[in-house]
Formats: sequence, structure tokens, C-alpha cells
Amino acid sequence: MQKHPGLLLWLPALLLLTLLAFGISLALGSSSLSLHELWTALLGGGSDFDRTVVMQLRLPRSINAFAVGGLLALAGALMQVLLRNPLADPYILGVSGGAAVGALGAFLAGLAGIWVNGGAFLGALLSTLLVFALAHGRGGWTPTRLLLTGIAVAAGWGALISLLLVLGTDASLHSMIFWLMGDFSYQSGGLLTLAVLALGLAGCWPFARQLNVLARGETLAEALGIAVRPLSIAIYIVASLFTAIAVTEAGAIGFVGLVVPHMFRMLAGGDHRRLLPGAVLLGGCLLLLADTLARTLAEPRQLPVGVVTAALGVPLFLYLLNRARGPL
Amino acid sequence: MSALLETRGLTVEIAGKSVCRDLDLRLEAGRCVGLLGSNGVGKTTLLHTLAGLRLPAAGQVLLHGAPVLDLPRRRVAQKLGLLMQQPEDSLPATVLETALIGRHPHLDFWRWESHRDVAIARRALKHVGLEGLEQRVQTALSGGERRRLDIATVLVQDPQVFLLDEPAHQLDLQHQMALLGLLKRLASAEGRLVLMSLHDLNLAARFCDQVLMLFGDGEALFDTAERALDAGNLTRLYRTPVTVLPHAGGRVFIAG
Repeated sequence: MQKHPGLLLWLPALLLLTLLAFGISLALGSSSLSLHELWTALLGGGSDFDRTVVMQLRLPRSINAFAVGGLLALAGALMQVLLRNPLADPYILGVSGGAAVGALGAFLAGLAGIWVNGGAFLGALLSTLLVFALAHGRGGWTPTRLLLTGIAVAAGWGALISLLLVLGTDASLHSMIFWLMGDFSYQSGGLLTLAVLALGLAGCWPFARQLNVLARGETLAEALGIAVRPLSIAIYIVASLFTAIAVTEAGAIGFVGLVVPHMFRMLAGGDHRRLLPGAVLLGGCLLLLADTLARTLAEPRQLPVGVVTAALGVPLFLYLLNRARGPL
Repeated sequence: MSALLETRGLTVEIAGKSVCRDLDLRLEAGRCVGLLGSNGVGKTTLLHTLAGLRLPAAGQVLLHGAPVLDLPRRRVAQKLGLLMQQPEDSLPATVLETALIGRHPHLDFWRWESHRDVAIARRALKHVGLEGLEQRVQTALSGGERRRLDIATVLVQDPQVFLLDEPAHQLDLQHQMALLGLLKRLASAEGRLVLMSLHDLNLAARFCDQVLMLFGDGEALFDTAERALDAGNLTRLYRTPVTVLPHAGGRVFIAG
């Protein structure tokens, strides 16, 4: 947290990684392009086929994957401060459960496309409001109360999800399971998601020093002059919204939101002024690469991106954890 | 002398139990004040009320003559520092980062900590004997080291009024002496006010100019340490016999 050491090191490194990830993701696929072909296509040249593949198929999907990864990592970092709990992830308060019930309900009703997204988003918002109202109850709003309320509500959604899976027809079951594991093949608004991510990060970043203080405890933060309650409520709303959008776009992709903030902490420390942008870039890259693998590894079949995320992320995270000096 | 911290008709209650009733207190600059009372009597609650973190049942707290609850929290934090009994954090940060948190109220919204802020933090860490541990993770410290880190954070905050909840807790003899000597100097040499809850009567007698006793029935006693620390008051305070013995020009306190 001195002046900003390392700022000059990690930011360019992550930006470079981002460019690289986009390059790989745009070039690879059923018809792979050379770097030169990719560049020509991006500039509007080359064959019509290449241009269509890059600009209309791969680019929107890549942007979407990156934005969703960034949103999940950002939401995870925020939830970990809000609950002062290193085990918190974006789904811990039941947002993904609510979204899943909404989406699966849409599948069960034989709906598809925008209806599934709409159902997921409504479910996520409903869950957010429900947890907020219930945790608010009598006796104040402590992290533990919020956490337990969220976990109880999530367990309720879990039961409903199982029920919907049992009720599902064979035809809808495949889509349901893919949705639950996280999947980009229904993607819709890539640029919109990216815009939300950029605005969200820009909106949160000025408060990063306050997050540093809040992470040290509620009473201490209050004693150091922070309006803890408004800040907590804002974090809750914003993080839930990010999660709702991410889940709506891609289903419940696990792991990114929990682990990416920790990865960045291990690499460059826990100062949120670095952590927020760092986690966004790292989360975006991880999910972008995972999605690229998911659609190319077992061609022509597509694997659920959640599976690949875990396959990439678990060993990487365990390696970092093992290498980290001192206790966490 | 003007009062840095003042209470007028202050009544504090916790769960229907009275901590203090109709308390009028003038705490002046340059004083080291001990807050004494048995477990659960409400010392922490009173300190938090004085810091403006808790609403009193009646009356008010004045900081530099202004009601503390009417002041912006940031302004309060620039003038008044609170050491809590327990740290609440569970996310990892380095010792230096943790101490630097104390600069928060002094930094404008967009500012990063400057070299000067880092120098202040390093100096505070040195004062509490944590130099060399700046890059350690705070959760890896021992209990006493952790306590000194929290004290350093309040020192970094650089307030006029120190409200300290059991600052000597978990410290060994050497660090107790060093810390209380430092606090005493901050008060007498730099004109600050230190109000701290203590359980060690010998420390209180040695370092405090005044003491505030909370008896648990809403009754309180505020007087010079010289007068207040006698066998009668202390026996009433702790509901156990206390003997006071003269020793080397001062006094020592023994239970029984």
C-alpha cells in the first residue's frame, strides 16, 4: 500500500495476458486462423468466411466470457469484504440458486432464449431482495446473520432445483444440466455485459480505500470515519447485481468468484485499489481461456465452461496456495 | 483548562442495565485517565458511547465542545482514536498495510498514502517494537504482537483523544511498561487525552492522573488516582477485599 509499488508491473502484465487470451480465443476454433489472418479479419479484410467467424461468432462470445469472468471476480472480491470472510463467493447469498430456479422454470415451461435469461435474472433479483429483507429483520445486520440467511435461502433454492430437475422432461434435462454447469452457448449481450463490467469497476474503484478499512472490521471502520451501513448496503446491492448479470449470461459458473480474488492477493497483496482491477482482468482471462478450451477441446462437442474453469483453476490455485508464504 | 472530552448528564444502558447515570465528566488535555470496573460492567460500552459509535440513553458527549453525534464521522476520526478490545479482521494484510489504515481519516477521497504516511506508520510500528515485521501477514502475529499492531494503528491515526479498551491486555511486563510510558508522554508532553480501561491496579496507580470507576449500579466515581484508589473504593468496585500497601514512595495493590 505504499505509493503504489508494483502498479507498473502487474497492470501491464495482466493487460498483456488479456490481449493474449483474446488473441487465442479469436484464432482457435473449428477453423483456426493464423495470427495474420486474424489480424486481417479484425481490420475488416480477408475472406468473408473468416470475417464472419471472427466478428460475428467468436468476438461476441469472447467478450461475453471475459466480461462474465470479470463480473464474477469483482462480485467475489466485494462479497469477501462485505462478509469479512475469505470463503465468501458471489453465490454464497443464494443469488445463483434463485437464478437457477428461474432459468430451470423457463426450461420446464418449454421456453428458450431470452425467456431463460429473463427467468434467471428475475430469480436472482428475487433472491437478493429476499435475503436482504430476511437478514434485515429484528436485531440488526451483521455479517454472520447475512451469511446464515443467505446460506439458508440458498439451501431452499437447492431443493427447488432438485425438484425441477426431477420434474424435467428428457428433452429439457440436457439444457438444464448444461445451464447449471455454466455455459456460453446461449450468450446474448456481450458488449452490454462488458459495459456493465467497465462501469461497475469504475464505480467501485474510488471506494477501494474504504473497502481496505472495512476489511479490517466493522467497528474499526466506523471508528475511522466510514459510514459502514450505507457502504455495506451498496456493496451488497452492487455485488448481487453483478452476480445476477453474470449468472443470467452464462449460468452458475463456480470457482472464479471465490478463487480469483485470492489468486490476486497471493500475487500482489490485498489492497483493494489493486485487487479490484486486478481480479477483474484475471477473472476475465481465466474464463475466456476456459471457454476457448470448452469449445475447442472436444470438437465438435462443447464442454460446459464451468467444468473447464475448474480444471484450469483448481491446479493453478492449489499451486499458488502451496507456494504462498505464511498463513492466509 | 478546557475539556477535550466532556459528558453532560450522560446515561448509558446496556440490555436494561445501567452503566452510568447522569454522568458529568470533564476530561482535560494532558491527562492520563484510567477506567476501572469489574467484568461486564460496561467499560467497552461507555468507551464506544464516548467515541460516538453508540447512542446514549440520555445526555450527550462533547468533543472539543461539540456534540460528538452531530460531527461528521470523519472529523471525529481525525480527533479521536479508539482501540478495540478484539481485532475483527480475517482477511490477510501485511503489518504495514494494517497500520496504515490509521491514516484513512486524514486522507482525501482520491489520495493514496504518501511517503510521509508510510513514514508515520513505520515510526508507530517502531514505537511498539514491531520494526522489522512490516511485511509479515497480520494474522501470523502472536497475541501480544497483534495487540501492539492495533495500538500502532491508533498511534498512526494521531488523534488528540485516545480511547483505549484494555491496551495492556496480552502484553508482557516489558511492553506494558513501554506502552504506558509512551501513552503517559503523549498526554503530558503533547497535551493529548488518554482514557483507557485497565484491570491492573498497579499500572493504574503508576501511570494514571485520574480514574473513573464504574460500580455496576449506574454509580460512578471520578477523582484523582491518588484519592480514588483506596481500599474502600476498590473493595466496593471488585466486590472482593483489596489491600493497599505502601511501597517505595508509591502503593501496591493486592487482592485479599
